[in-house]
Amino acid sequence: MTASSPTDRRDRPALAGHPTVRVDRVACTGHGVCASLLPGSVRLDEWGYPVVLTAAEGGVDDGESARAAAVRLCPAMALYAERRS
Amino acid sequence: MNELLWFVSRATGTASIVLLTAVLVLGALTAGRRSRALSQTVVVGLHRSLALGTSAFLLAHIGTAVLETYVSIDWVSAFVPFTAGYQPLWVGLGTLAFDIVLAVVATSLLRHRLSRRAWKAVHLTAFALWPLALVHGYAMGTANEPLLRLVPVACAVVGGLALTWRAVARHADQDRRQAILTQEWS
Repeated sequence: MTASSPTDRRDRPALAGHPTVRVDRVACTGHGVCASLLPGSVRLDEWGYPVVLTAAEGGVDDGESARAAAVRLCPAMALYAERRS
Repeated sequence: MNELLWFVSRATGTASIVLLTAVLVLGALTAGRRSRALSQTVVVGLHRSLALGTSAFLLAHIGTAVLETYVSIDWVSAFVPFTAGYQPLWVGLGTLAFDIVLAVVATSLLRHRLSRRAWKAVHLTAFALWPLALVHGYAMGTANEPLLRLVPVACAVVGGLALTWRAVARHADQDRRQAILTQEWS
C-alpha cells in the first residue's frame, strides 16, 4: 500500500472521494453562489458561509462544469477547484 | 445603406444604455448582497453575461457610427476621446466610456489572474462609465425623437435608485451579528 498524499488518497477512504472545491476563508464574503451551483457538495452554515462536504460526510459530485462555473462566478474569487490526478 | 447604418447606430446605442443600466443594477445588487443564495447566483451570472452581451451592442454601435458618412467620426475617434469631427465633446464622452468598458471587460475576463485590489480598482471605474454613457446618449439624442432622450433619463432614475439602495443596503453579516446579539443565550 502506498502512503497517502494530498493528491492520492486511495489508502484513506475517509478522505478519498470526488474532486471538489476549496474555499479561501479569508476572501469569502458569504454570497452563497457556490452553494446554489454545487448543491451536492457545498451547504451554507447559519451565517451563509460555505461548508464543503466530503464524500464521507454525504457530499456528492456536482460535476466538472458546475465546479468551473462556481469558481468563475464566485463574487469574492474565494473558490478554487481542487485538482485530483 | 448610409441611412440604415445611421439608424442601426442610434438603435444599438440606445440599447447599450439600457443594457449598461441593467448591468449596473445587477452589479449593485451583487455588491449590496441580497440574502438568498439562489437569487444571488442569478444576479451575479446575469451581471456577467449581460455585460459581455452589452459589449457586442457597443461594438455594433461604434462600428456603424464610424462607417456611416453623414457625420465625420473615424476609427481613431473610437478609441481616442475628443477627436471626432462631429460634436467632439459629446462623441468624446462616449469614447471615454468605451475605453473604460474595454478596461473593465479585459480585467474581468482575467479576474482570476489579477490581484483582487487591481481588479477592483479598475472595476470601480464603471461608476464613471455609466454617467458618461448617459450624458453621451442624452446629448446625442437629438430633439426630433423624444424617445432617444427619454431612455437615458429613465435609465438615470433606475440606476440612481439602485446606487442609493447599494449605499444604504446593510451587509448580511451585519444583520446576522445583530440577530446573534439580540438572541436569548441559554
